[in-house]
Amino acid sequence: MLQNYLFIGLFVAVAVLFPFLAVGVAWLLRPKKPTPMKQSTYECGLETVGETWVRYKVQFYIYALVFVLFDIETVFLFPWAVAYHQLPLFALVEMFLFIGILLAGLAYAWRKGALRWF
Amino acid sequence: MGILETLDQLLNILGNALARWLATFLPAWAVTAIMDFLVIVLVVAVALVIVLFLIWMERKAVARFQDRLGPNRAGPYGILQSIADAVKMLTKEDVIPAKADKGAFNWAPAIMVAPALLVYAVIPFGRGMVPQDLNIAILYVLAMASMTTIAVLTAGWSSNNKYALLGGLRIGAQLLAYEIPMALSMLAVVLLAGSMSTVRIVEAQARLPFILMLPGVFLVHFICAAAESNRGPFDLPEAESELVAGFFTEYSGMKFGLFFVAEYINLFAISAIITTLWLGGWQGPLLPSWFWFFAKSFAVIFVFMWVRFTLPRFRIDHLLSFAWKFLLPLALTNLFVVGLVVKLGLGFWPQAAALLVTNVAVTVGALYLGGWALRRAQQRAVEERMAQWRAWQQSR
Repeated sequence: MLQNYLFIGLFVAVAVLFPFLAVGVAWLLRPKKPTPMKQSTYECGLETVGETWVRYKVQFYIYALVFVLFDIETVFLFPWAVAYHQLPLFALVEMFLFIGILLAGLAYAWRKGALRWF
Repeated sequence: MGILETLDQLLNILGNALARWLATFLPAWAVTAIMDFLVIVLVVAVALVIVLFLIWMERKAVARFQDRLGPNRAGPYGILQSIADAVKMLTKEDVIPAKADKGAFNWAPAIMVAPALLVYAVIPFGRGMVPQDLNIAILYVLAMASMTTIAVLTAGWSSNNKYALLGGLRIGAQLLAYEIPMALSMLAVVLLAGSMSTVRIVEAQARLPFILMLPGVFLVHFICAAAESNRGPFDLPEAESELVAGFFTEYSGMKFGLFFVAEYINLFAISAIITTLWLGGWQGPLLPSWFWFFAKSFAVIFVFMWVRFTLPRFRIDHLLSFAWKFLLPLALTNLFVVGLVVKLGLGFWPQAAALLVTNVAVTVGALYLGGWALRRAQQRAVEERMAQWRAWQQSR
């Protein structure tokens, strides 16, 4: 069990090292001649007007909230699905109630217009 | 041991021989560490070779779909084209915008590539050829897949560029929306197999691959997988005609190259997961198991490319509505029905038949209902416009 995760830990180290290695090799080979014009913000040849970190619509935030709700739900469902064959009928009904409540929540968010993207 | 069996287990036989030789002069923990390290390096090397091949394959495929020749100068059939591209990437200047948030800007490609590679840790490449058999493999895959969201948001925000920011936030919304139906369709497989381990899931499909039991759920997973890997028709974040290159507009040189590589690492990982969950993984007659695995995975990748070059791009509101209002309820209903059928306690074949019938019925019903709702919405929109027009006419 522990050895499984030691392997994953080693893999994480190699996987993080790889992109830095690639950029490092490129650093040795590439030209380095920065100029202010080169480093200006790219906007298809036009001067940038105003702030580049523009305000984004609040809809995005509501989407993220709904997502967090449903993502946690799926995480709850995973252990249920693994143990499904051993579970009594009661656990089945219980989980269907849980899914039902979440579906009602989705219907509510839908009616409230939280899922509309203007 | 027959020749076929030897071919099948070639890598394991070599690995075991090496481990035995190392054990003659090293302590046990050192042997394990060295073998683990070698496996990881091998997996990363295989992943990179696959990436080089996929870049060539995609360019060749798109050329053929568009009645062109595609790359044909570097090597026979242009097969060395991606190596030439890699060399070019390495020697290109790395321009960092003066206004960018440097730390986040430099880390974003690494956050993108590393989780994509980490998915390979649980992919069963053949019989007994899984880098590490985690008992929560599917959850692990989902966790790694959602790291992409963090990477694109980091890249989009830190570039300090309007296109990059809009592209990054768009892709964030898209990845979040499609992750839930994908997790729910994977859940149906976990429920049937009774395990989250990829090895067990492949073994559970010895008699019948899950795609023949639950084609509707497979379809949901396939659509979500295409959206998760930002492939057409879901390639909004890098919609060239409106957002230049989306979240990596400001990236150049090898850092751009890393985003490119990550996309193809992801493409193969996602196809491999589809193969494992739905197409029976390495199961297949006669030929070596790893051959079956790669053949099925590349077939899935080809279908992804086919879809990409055939369908036009979605609009962002349509894309998100499709995920939240159609795929999510459909995936939940599917899960509900699968759970119900499994609890009936039928034998293997009657249960498979019952799953197939109910699944097809649910999918067809959902498509019919969705189409009806869409037509009604369109009708209403048209009527509204007509009413407005009539009111304008009368006011003249």
